Amino acid sequence: MSTEAEPKKLDIPDPEEAWRGVAAEDLDELTAAIGLKLQARSRRLLRSLLSPHRRAVLVALVMVIGENVAGLFGPVLIAAALDTGVPAVLHGRSGPLIWCAVGYLGCGVVSALLRYGFLRLSGRIGQDILLDLRRRIFGHAQGLSLSFHESYTSGKIVSRLTSDMDSIDALLDQGLDGLLSAGFTVLGIGIVMLWLDWSLGLIVLVGLVPLLWVTRWFYRRSQHAYRETRGAIAKIIVQFVETMNGMRAVQAFRREPRNESIMGTLNTSFQEANRQALTVVATFTSTVRMVGNISLALVLAIGAIRVAHGGLEIGVLAAFTLYLRRFYDPLDDLAMFANSYTAASAALEKISGVLEEVPVVPEPANPVPVVEPRGEIRFADVEFRYGPETPVVLPTFDLRIPAGQTVALVGETGAGKSTVAKLVARLYDPSSGAVELDGVDLRRISDLDLREAVAMVTQENFLFSGSVADNIALGRPGATRDEIRAAAEAVGADVFINALPEGYDTDVRKRGGRLSAGQRQMVAFTRALLADPAVLVLDEATSSLDVPTERAVQEALETVLTDRTALIIAHRLSTVLIADRVLVVDGGRIVEDGSPADLVANTGRFADLHAEWLESLA
Amino acid sequence: MTAVPDPKPDPTTVTPTTLTPASASTLKVLFRLAPYVRPVRWPLFGATATTMLAMVCGLVIPLVIQRILDGPVATGKLSELPLLIGIVVALGVLEAAAFFARRRMVARPTTKIEARMRADLYRHLQRLPISFHDQWQSGQLLSRAVSDLSTLRRFFAFAVIFLVVNSLTLVLGLVVLFFLAPLLGLIVTCASLPLIMVSTLFESKYRVVSRLAQDQEGDLATTVEESVLGIRVLKAFGRGPELLRKFSVQARQLRGTQLRKIHILAILWAVIIALPEIGIGVQLLVGGLAIAHGTMTLGTLVAAVTVATYLRWPTDSIGWLLSETNQAASACERYWEVMDAPVTILDPETPKSLPADGTGHLRLENVRFSYSGGPGTEVLRGIDLDVRPGETVALVGATGSGKTTLTMLVARLADVTSGSITVDGVDVRDLTLADLRTAVATAFEEPVLFSASVRENVALGAPEATEADVRSALRVAKADGFVEELPWGLDTRIGEQGLSLSGGQRQRLALARAVVGRPAVLVLDDPLSALDVHTEAEVERALRTVLHGVTALVVAHRPSTVQLADRVALMSGGRITAVGKHHELLADNPEYRNLLSTLGDREPSEELA
Repeated sequence: MSTEAEPKKLDIPDPEEAWRGVAAEDLDELTAAIGLKLQARSRRLLRSLLSPHRRAVLVALVMVIGENVAGLFGPVLIAAALDTGVPAVLHGRSGPLIWCAVGYLGCGVVSALLRYGFLRLSGRIGQDILLDLRRRIFGHAQGLSLSFHESYTSGKIVSRLTSDMDSIDALLDQGLDGLLSAGFTVLGIGIVMLWLDWSLGLIVLVGLVPLLWVTRWFYRRSQHAYRETRGAIAKIIVQFVETMNGMRAVQAFRREPRNESIMGTLNTSFQEANRQALTVVATFTSTVRMVGNISLALVLAIGAIRVAHGGLEIGVLAAFTLYLRRFYDPLDDLAMFANSYTAASAALEKISGVLEEVPVVPEPANPVPVVEPRGEIRFADVEFRYGPETPVVLPTFDLRIPAGQTVALVGETGAGKSTVAKLVARLYDPSSGAVELDGVDLRRISDLDLREAVAMVTQENFLFSGSVADNIALGRPGATRDEIRAAAEAVGADVFINALPEGYDTDVRKRGGRLSAGQRQMVAFTRALLADPAVLVLDEATSSLDVPTERAVQEALETVLTDRTALIIAHRLSTVLIADRVLVVDGGRIVEDGSPADLVANTGRFADLHAEWLESLA
Repeated sequence: MTAVPDPKPDPTTVTPTTLTPASASTLKVLFRLAPYVRPVRWPLFGATATTMLAMVCGLVIPLVIQRILDGPVATGKLSELPLLIGIVVALGVLEAAAFFARRRMVARPTTKIEARMRADLYRHLQRLPISFHDQWQSGQLLSRAVSDLSTLRRFFAFAVIFLVVNSLTLVLGLVVLFFLAPLLGLIVTCASLPLIMVSTLFESKYRVVSRLAQDQEGDLATTVEESVLGIRVLKAFGRGPELLRKFSVQARQLRGTQLRKIHILAILWAVIIALPEIGIGVQLLVGGLAIAHGTMTLGTLVAAVTVATYLRWPTDSIGWLLSETNQAASACERYWEVMDAPVTILDPETPKSLPADGTGHLRLENVRFSYSGGPGTEVLRGIDLDVRPGETVALVGATGSGKTTLTMLVARLADVTSGSITVDGVDVRDLTLADLRTAVATAFEEPVLFSASVRENVALGAPEATEADVRSALRVAKADGFVEELPWGLDTRIGEQGLSLSGGQRQRLALARAVVGRPAVLVLDDPLSALDVHTEAEVERALRTVLHGVTALVVAHRPSTVQLADRVALMSGGRITAVGKHHELLADNPEYRNLLSTLGDREPSEELA
């Protein structure tokens, strides 16, 4: 990884934390603070996500405004009922009062219905955006080249699609609704109060000034508190999961007391962070309530005097007392919105970063069809390096592998064997020159055709959740059970599969946890065989098998490989010896090329290796 | 930062939440929390009392408003006004102060309950035998330690208090209303009861759908994880598009569930808005007519409407609070499910100690083991083995022959079903676990590294290990070279959250960990098996120095590992079928030859010739 990183001076702030050690992320974490401003690429992404929903967003906006307007009418209607309805009844006309009451009922029902409509519509828009975004990220990540996945850890992609999605979901779900409702409530009530009586209204609005200031304080502090609690719980989770996953080591090495004291410290800091977060909330909400209550008293005092002097209708004063309760409360929502907005914009920023990655191994626009490939591989003036700045891994070379030949690559770790294999499977493209299949540049073959022609088995043998049969069928979707069985029998995997409780239908559990490393490798082998490719690439594919199984696989290979081109990288010479041709690679160059027997007979490296090997067996 | 696994409640142990709230069983389950709640009962009572105080202040303010409207305002006599306004200010300040006090008071006790429960759970889990941990996925345990406990914290911080306070407020508010005007009280009661019922019903429905959404989110996350971890396979076979289709289907399902959730929520909201408004509208009509007929004052109507408005939250929250209670009860059940699991591997009542001049003589006598205890399912069927002081014995056998199980028994990660294992003549079950595990170090196939410094990872459970001990252990395990080159040396964080190491480096650290406490006996489950071929050689070199002069039992798969041993024991079907030197067994034992000879029956040189 960062082997070139200069050793930095130790700087552990807390001796209690010393056990954790130092990692590079700690040092640059603080520089990655994300402001409220959206970057250009996030804005672009947001626009493209919203554009299909433009009309729906407009309708939702109208609904939420309507809902708030209907809600605002309530106290006005109560004022009207008191100031005109009641006197009218005294004069024998009950009409105005009934109209006010019916109007109030109507407003309540309309605002309830509009709320229902708004929630459903905005919910649908939000979920559609999330679905769209999820599929975009997933599809894009799948299309990106291996080099991207090698540098961008799996955990990061997973969090793009889980926790970042949750942040955006939270904003769409509660944040936006809160912002709109709070904004319209404050605006609407403010206008109505000024309209009812501008001087009393002004008193109420003045109360907003300190509150906005308190809200800003709260926003900052709560962000900090939120980060602290998240950080504290994240540490607890890591400690907990690692303890559970490493329980054997924990118990065998008597780590329990140490772990308990670590967990105790983490628990305390989480407790403290939580307590502080609660205090921040307590301060904020009680201040809001306090300002609200004091302005209520002020309005009452001034209003009462003015009513007594005949300068104000009593209903208006009543309406004010009712509005006041609703006026300040939405400030909570405003602060919440600010928090979820920050989280969501940071998430969007990271997501847009992934979406703007360009695949370095792109699909051809006009692919050349490959029908029934023979399997001839040619490296024409191929040179490979990972990037323009990085050193050359494979200096320019030419190589022709005739159809049907089995070629073994031999050499030390880092000699470039795996790189050759990856070029054949087009997990990478050469930096110059071309790799050809039956005379066609791999870059001009569609992914579908290429994957049908070339299959690769590596030492990594990842299994997907599902049955054994599902995992084998990945090699050729739509294969019948008989074909799957035949492939398994050909490599000798049928023995252990049949011994599983449900045979081919046995669930392999998460990441194939139910099978041993060797069994997983056998499944991977079967999968490749089922794909029936013209070219088979085996990169250390037999290394985690135990000796008897490896021997069985080798015997199977000899028949399997007869009619196809194969490229084998193997550590053990017994595997190499089944090849028609051996290439010895050193420092990215092919230094020996010939049949195993010829090379053994010579005095080159392969002959040395072979001699050493024979000795080790003796 | 690396992704932190999201605590998701696991779908396998969903306890069905009953629709009958606060049923007897719910309460019984919650009562088991008494030992945790008792120490903090006073602050909790205090918080409930201050909450009640705030609610009462809020309720009384409208009554004072009534007095103002009907008194000074109606009559024009303003002499009473300052006092009444003073009361409003006082009540307002008191309400705000009580608000603050409640949150402050509740913060410490509830976080304390959570922390104590988590510490107890963690301690218990560390003592539970490996057999327990093999059955439980860490995700399931994590959801108990994190999300279930935070559910309980929220329950104590909000639900318990507000369930009490809101019910009281509702009753009190209705009493006030009846006192103000019986008719208006009746109207509000009629609007409140259906609200409570509807909100309770929809909250339960909402929970069920939420649970489903969580499960579907979990499935989606699994697909995402697999798509990234299996990217090489997907690319090699061009199966990306198919996985994308699977993902799309799952994401669509999740969207459907979320929409159902939103629908339920929208209905709930509509009801919560409409019902009280209808109540207030009817109040207005009836009250207005009553004022006109002179049977009610204007102040009374305003006060009644204000009180009714005030009662909205206490009324519609009851459904939510009841479902929080149910949620807390099932979180509690899940917690006790783990806490009730018995710790089966314990210190002996009267522990013996190892002889001071012990040499590390390991003996297994007629050792039998079965996971279920039944005789038909025995994994080990009478093992006799004597490992002499300083000797290395390799265990060789086909997959499933019981080698790994045997390695677990020496350090009592599992206990023998019958027979005995002795170290220097003392049965391992007669030693304290601490003594035993100091004397016997076990390393496993998969080297587990924790997200901590190299030093911490090597010393692990040996607090007495000094810097010099750690360094010499690293030297023995041939790990000092690469550790020196890490950016912060011994202080470099490794593991998931730190620098990633190669398989060979990890395995050498695991070996260093095994030797740092200078154990008398080393038990190693094939340290080479999980390695990629390139690093085999470097670990083998380390192993050679590690095994020097220690009594060791080593599970081996490769001839090169076996050659490090003085003797080899061949295991087959839970028994030891042969013991001898590698060359002897290779010559005499066909089963052994089949397992370890890479040559098989043919000679490569013949073939090549």
